[in-house]
Amino acid sequence: MYAFEIERPTTIAAAAAALAHDGAQALGGGQTLIPSLKQRLASPEKLVSLTAIPEMRGVCLSDAGEVCIGGATAHATVAAEAAAHFPALAALASHIGDPAVRNRGTIGGSLANNDPSACYPAAVLGTGATIITNSRSIAADDYFDGMFSTALTEGEIITEVRFPVPQRANYQKFVQPASRFALVGVFVAQYAGGVRVAVTGASEGGVFRWAEAEAALSASFSAAALEGLSVPAEGMIGDLHGTPEYRAHLVKVMTKRAVAAA
Amino acid sequence: MTQVSMTVNGKAVSGVVEGRTLLVDFLRGNLRLTGTHVGCDTSQCGACVVHVDGRAVKACTMFALEAEGAQVRTIEGMANADGSLGVIQQAFQDHHGLQCGFCTPGMVMSAAALLKDNPRPTEAEVRAHLEGNICRCTGYHNIVKAIMAASGQDVAAIAAE
Repeated sequence: MYAFEIERPTTIAAAAAALAHDGAQALGGGQTLIPSLKQRLASPEKLVSLTAIPEMRGVCLSDAGEVCIGGATAHATVAAEAAAHFPALAALASHIGDPAVRNRGTIGGSLANNDPSACYPAAVLGTGATIITNSRSIAADDYFDGMFSTALTEGEIITEVRFPVPQRANYQKFVQPASRFALVGVFVAQYAGGVRVAVTGASEGGVFRWAEAEAALSASFSAAALEGLSVPAEGMIGDLHGTPEYRAHLVKVMTKRAVAAA
Repeated sequence: MTQVSMTVNGKAVSGVVEGRTLLVDFLRGNLRLTGTHVGCDTSQCGACVVHVDGRAVKACTMFALEAEGAQVRTIEGMANADGSLGVIQQAFQDHHGLQCGFCTPGMVMSAAALLKDNPRPTEAEVRAHLEGNICRCTGYHNIVKAIMAASGQDVAAIAAE
């Protein structure tokens, strides 16, 4: 690793001030950033740790019935504390990485990084959640901007994520066994206004909504409703773990499994 | 360089570290607590698992300065007060839960975290919990057996193959 300083502010305001300096970079749980620093893929002058800020941690239920999760909340905490309100989200969190990674990795860190194979982007886009930052609210549909790219501006901090709780939902992940990321993951959520389907791991454009499946499932929420649909292989990720055709096939398979399990 | 203070195995400790100093390097290099191992240094193998404020974490993927003020427990803190092996350590010895022993510190710390939350896990739960702890010698059967035994369960039928 190149040398850098670490600052550990205890309020959002202090963190935002620290991040305003050139060369400063936010540090969530570090489960992606620290390995990247070891590979010298990043060279910040200063890391601003967001894990000592009490107002950015925890899970609660808003008056509007949304599950609200602080940006610096660890996956293990979401798995434990969101289970009663939003079991599909808790189940997703309980299968990220491994137990020790879940004790450090945070929801805000995952969403700010927007790895194309991460699990949380599927839940956020699949529920139409709202990303709250230190300066504004961003709708899920406006947030994701291709792999490793988001609507966040320099120094902007994800302080909270608000999930509208669906009538029923499920996340199915086809695990890439070495990394435990999603080779393909599909989040399906049914609301009074219709069904949302979000796919991670598959596309070179990052997480995306599968509009045809949403329409079919909004008309009839059953795996059979997906029978005639298919996902084009064009634009899907191809690597040693799977071809674009394989991933396109998996999208439908995992969507059907998610509907059946929801 | 920055001063960092924490409690390790019940004892207040401090040292001067760089921002980039990993918790595992502070434990091994500054405190000479070399029981915590560095296997892969890429967060995958789990040989470096320690407890920070009661939660199992990979000490190679956390900076020492992030543990400021924390309660840290390492494998050196797992023995009984009289120096004899703790229950989980003794079970690893009794059931041959190690060969070369390199992964064992992390295995024991992960097992301790599991048994704290889930005092009588099923075999499947033990195996799932060890997803982030890699052993290259034993094939895991005796490790699982040792953890089941440490939880007070009959292990005669476990991993008999």
